[in-house]
Amino acid sequence: MPDRPAPAGLVTRPMLVLFAILASTPLWLAHVGLYPYLALEIVIWMTYALGYNLLLGYAGLPSFGHGAFFGTGAYAFGLLQKKVVASLWLDLTGAVLAAALLGAVVAAFVSHRRGIYYALLTIAFGQIVWFVAIKWHSVTGGEDGLLNLKRLPVDVGFATVPLQSNVALFTFALVVFALVVIGLWRLVHSPFGRVLQAIRQNETRAAFAGYNVWLYKWVAFVISAAIAGLAGALFAMAQQSAYPNVMSLHQSGFVVMMVLVGGGLVSFWGPVIGAVFFILARDLLGAYTETWLLWYGLLFMAIVLWKPEGIAGLWQEWRARRRPPPIAAGVRHAG
Amino acid sequence: MALFEARGLSKRFGDHVVLQDVTLAFEAGRLSGIIGPNGAGKTTCFNVLTGRYRPDRGNVSFDGEDITGLSPAAIARKGVSRSFQLMNLFNDYTAADNVLVALPEVRARGFDVVHDLARDSACADRAAAVLARVGLAGRERVPARRLSYGERRALEIGVALAASPRLLFLDEPTAGLGADGTARLAELIVELKRQVTLVVIEHDMRFLFGLADRISVIQWGQVIAEGSAAELSDNPWVRRSMQGAPA
Repeated sequence: MPDRPAPAGLVTRPMLVLFAILASTPLWLAHVGLYPYLALEIVIWMTYALGYNLLLGYAGLPSFGHGAFFGTGAYAFGLLQKKVVASLWLDLTGAVLAAALLGAVVAAFVSHRRGIYYALLTIAFGQIVWFVAIKWHSVTGGEDGLLNLKRLPVDVGFATVPLQSNVALFTFALVVFALVVIGLWRLVHSPFGRVLQAIRQNETRAAFAGYNVWLYKWVAFVISAAIAGLAGALFAMAQQSAYPNVMSLHQSGFVVMMVLVGGGLVSFWGPVIGAVFFILARDLLGAYTETWLLWYGLLFMAIVLWKPEGIAGLWQEWRARRRPPPIAAGVRHAG
Repeated sequence: MALFEARGLSKRFGDHVVLQDVTLAFEAGRLSGIIGPNGAGKTTCFNVLTGRYRPDRGNVSFDGEDITGLSPAAIARKGVSRSFQLMNLFNDYTAADNVLVALPEVRARGFDVVHDLARDSACADRAAAVLARVGLAGRERVPARRLSYGERRALEIGVALAASPRLLFLDEPTAGLGADGTARLAELIVELKRQVTLVVIEHDMRFLFGLADRISVIQWGQVIAEGSAAELSDNPWVRRSMQGAPA
């Protein structure tokens, strides 16, 4: 009987450690000179980056216009709240569905492409959505966006929990993040996730093995867009506004940088590491210099040139050097 | 009736005619061979037969059903599998995972986003059995990129076999193999021949003439001769090529 890889498990130890660390941040963040809103923002970006990595890291599909779906989630949440009904669950669901629907349309056009053509098409669609958000003033509020959005309370039937404070909203965002982590972890180890990784490695072989490659790429895009929309809705709550800047090309680039710097190409946890690293770098470097993005950009270039596996890749290399395994089971590790 | 038939296939790329009125028939349970010089159109022929290219003219049928113009995935799902001359593997995956994703039962559950594939011991057993069949027992957890050339050739066939095909196309399976590897491959093909209809493109004429029931000779994109090894032994091109064939 050959040695076989262990099953992935529904909730793993690294997940529990991560959730515990994040849940404890309100207790110690202020003591290290940081603030609760930062933790909220990090959790939202981690959610967004994890969903994005399903596309980039697992399916090998480089979308450079993902801000469109993040922004669509934010706008849909705001518009539903202002014009339809102020209900957290309904507005969140609407935001996810709106982003998924837009993702379905965009994916229908891009999924027959790959590589540079795929990337260029996603940029084009991202720019169209960004332009519409700026110009459709009567609906989107133009360059100002939608202002004075409410942090709607959590209504669980028998009780209502307000999310006005940053700590309360952070706790809610953390629960959403945990559900996304568990769901995506399950997905990437499912037959669907395995097929996506096979398509990333060799689209031709996957097609000759009988897989409808276009459909798998389409579904992956829709799921990724839906998660971006969820994160966008949380961002709209955090910022109490939705504005076109989140859809811009450079904002779309941020999530790419997070995933690559963190090591999303080699690890499930890469986007999480990358989001923490990016937001902390922005705040800590930003406190010293306005040109923080220049330094971060240089770091990004260095990583792409010399360590494309990112921070997670460095960690894996260090662990492998300390305790060399007999034979690697694959490139993507749990840690 | 033949299991797989191609009638009047033509294919051109720009001004270059690659296939011209090619008609082929592969009988069930037999090993058919295709030979011809470099650039004769053999691999393009395979690509047209397996859906990679749509023919400009002509049609292809499998088990009586017209499959002309179907996608490679649709043709594969009907029970036609192939290997490639230039190896086409999932390089980051282990040998076992390469075979695993090609299994029909995994393909049937391809949109399952809930269950962990690693918990499915039946699929893992099947993948291990396929690997053992192509001589890769004990190499299950080695990433494909780390296998030796000969092992990768064997895995290429294993991935094609994993789909449980009714018809298996092998595109130059001996390419780059030494004498030992070629001999092992010949043994495997003899064993496969009992279970699946095979079509093999080969440069190694002695290898193919020793195994094939029927051989088609393609030159300049046309079928110039067909028959058993004995029948073709008088063909001038075959005689010339056999004189220079590898021992």
